[in-house]
Amino acid sequence: MKSFLLALVAMAVIATGAYYGLHEVGFSAAERTTVGNNVRLSD
Amino acid sequence: MLRLRHLVQVLALICCATVVQAQSVRPPGADTAVSTDNNTPVQAPREAGDATPTLADILARQAGLDVSDDARKALDGSEAPPPGVEALGTRGPASDADLWRGLRFDTADISTQAKGPAASVLVQDGGMWWLNFRQGPLQEYGLYLLGGTLVLLALFFLIRGRIRIEGPKTGRKLERFKAVERFSHWLLASSFILLGLTGLYSLFGRKVLIPAFGHEAFASSATVAKWIHDNVSWAFMVALVLIFVMWVFENLPHKTDIKWLLKGGGIFGKGHPPAWKFNAGQKLIFWSVVVFGASISVSGLSMLFPFQFHLFSPTFAMLNDWGVPGWFDLAPFPVDLTPQEEMQYAQLWHAIVALVLTAIIFAHIYIGTIGMEGAFEAMGSGEVEEEWAKEHHSLWAEEVIGKRDAPPAGAQAKGV
Repeated sequence: MKSFLLALVAMAVIATGAYYGLHEVGFSAAERTTVGNNVRLSD
Repeated sequence: MLRLRHLVQVLALICCATVVQAQSVRPPGADTAVSTDNNTPVQAPREAGDATPTLADILARQAGLDVSDDARKALDGSEAPPPGVEALGTRGPASDADLWRGLRFDTADISTQAKGPAASVLVQDGGMWWLNFRQGPLQEYGLYLLGGTLVLLALFFLIRGRIRIEGPKTGRKLERFKAVERFSHWLLASSFILLGLTGLYSLFGRKVLIPAFGHEAFASSATVAKWIHDNVSWAFMVALVLIFVMWVFENLPHKTDIKWLLKGGGIFGKGHPPAWKFNAGQKLIFWSVVVFGASISVSGLSMLFPFQFHLFSPTFAMLNDWGVPGWFDLAPFPVDLTPQEEMQYAQLWHAIVALVLTAIIFAHIYIGTIGMEGAFEAMGSGEVEEEWAKEHHSLWAEEVIGKRDAPPAGAQAKGV
């Protein structure tokens, strides 16, 4: 079952890598749908 | 005398204040020619050529008085009410209903501070249909599909029992899958299971989990589930490409598949139809995983990168061109979709295909574990019992045994 355990590790690595990789690339769904200087009535 | 003078000054101030207060509470229309006769329309004073409704008009209307339309009629020279606002007349440039109708049908001239692709759609008309479908038929029939598949498999197990190796075991093993094949399979399988669980968590969370555990517990766990779903999806896509590349040629249709299908794979009765490395049932699973998995991946990518892909407008246009809606006596599919509608169709398609694939995978897991003796070893250790291989994949086993037992090329040449 080494292949199975290796697959679990690979899955974790790919998922974490994808998470940080997308942020490094600069893509963010939030940035695509909002602007930074939103008017806020109160904070 | 001084005190008397102060007293007079105070009295004068009080009188002035009273007058000023009385003037300030007079309605703006009070100095207009308001008729006490209800049959005579009120006409606020205005400059010639100005038909703009005034505050006096609004106050008079609120008081239940009839407001004169003469200024507007004089301006446009028409006795008829303005087109499109018959019910309103001069009662204002636009009513709330007009405004919301304009927003709903994208005819209002609006500008928004947020500048995303979907920011200018303030009222999304198809959203309720999507929400109702997601919370209704999608969940209901999804549950029937998955639950029904499990029930059928349980019934099948009760009727057929475990498919045993019929002949005597040889103790000899044949290598069925190499390490890289097993790694790819398990990467695909483990990521699919995680994606399936987190997807179901998202789909049924509101109906099942919030009532059971409360909003706070669900919010925290759903955040984790979403992170897993979004990021593990990449492992699934990588594995999908790997298994496609490794197994596509062995899963191409072959004439033996017809015989295998006609005999139902030998599920009932004794004996199994001949098959190469993958029988027709496994090929159906493979192509289901590849086609449905690719479709789930594409629709999932469109949700990972919102508003970047327009999948459904061109697809619907193509289907309309082919006349597909007419085959089922349906109206043409909508092709002018808002960005939100694109996402909603992607979400529904993603969920529907994923539910179908999950049901297929239930059957695959069943036959690969408790349903068939000797099957799990193929992906567990990579080696299978020779007798199992001869019974279920006779053509493949014959080929592999032939290669194993063939004398080395050098020895054959020497006549050994």
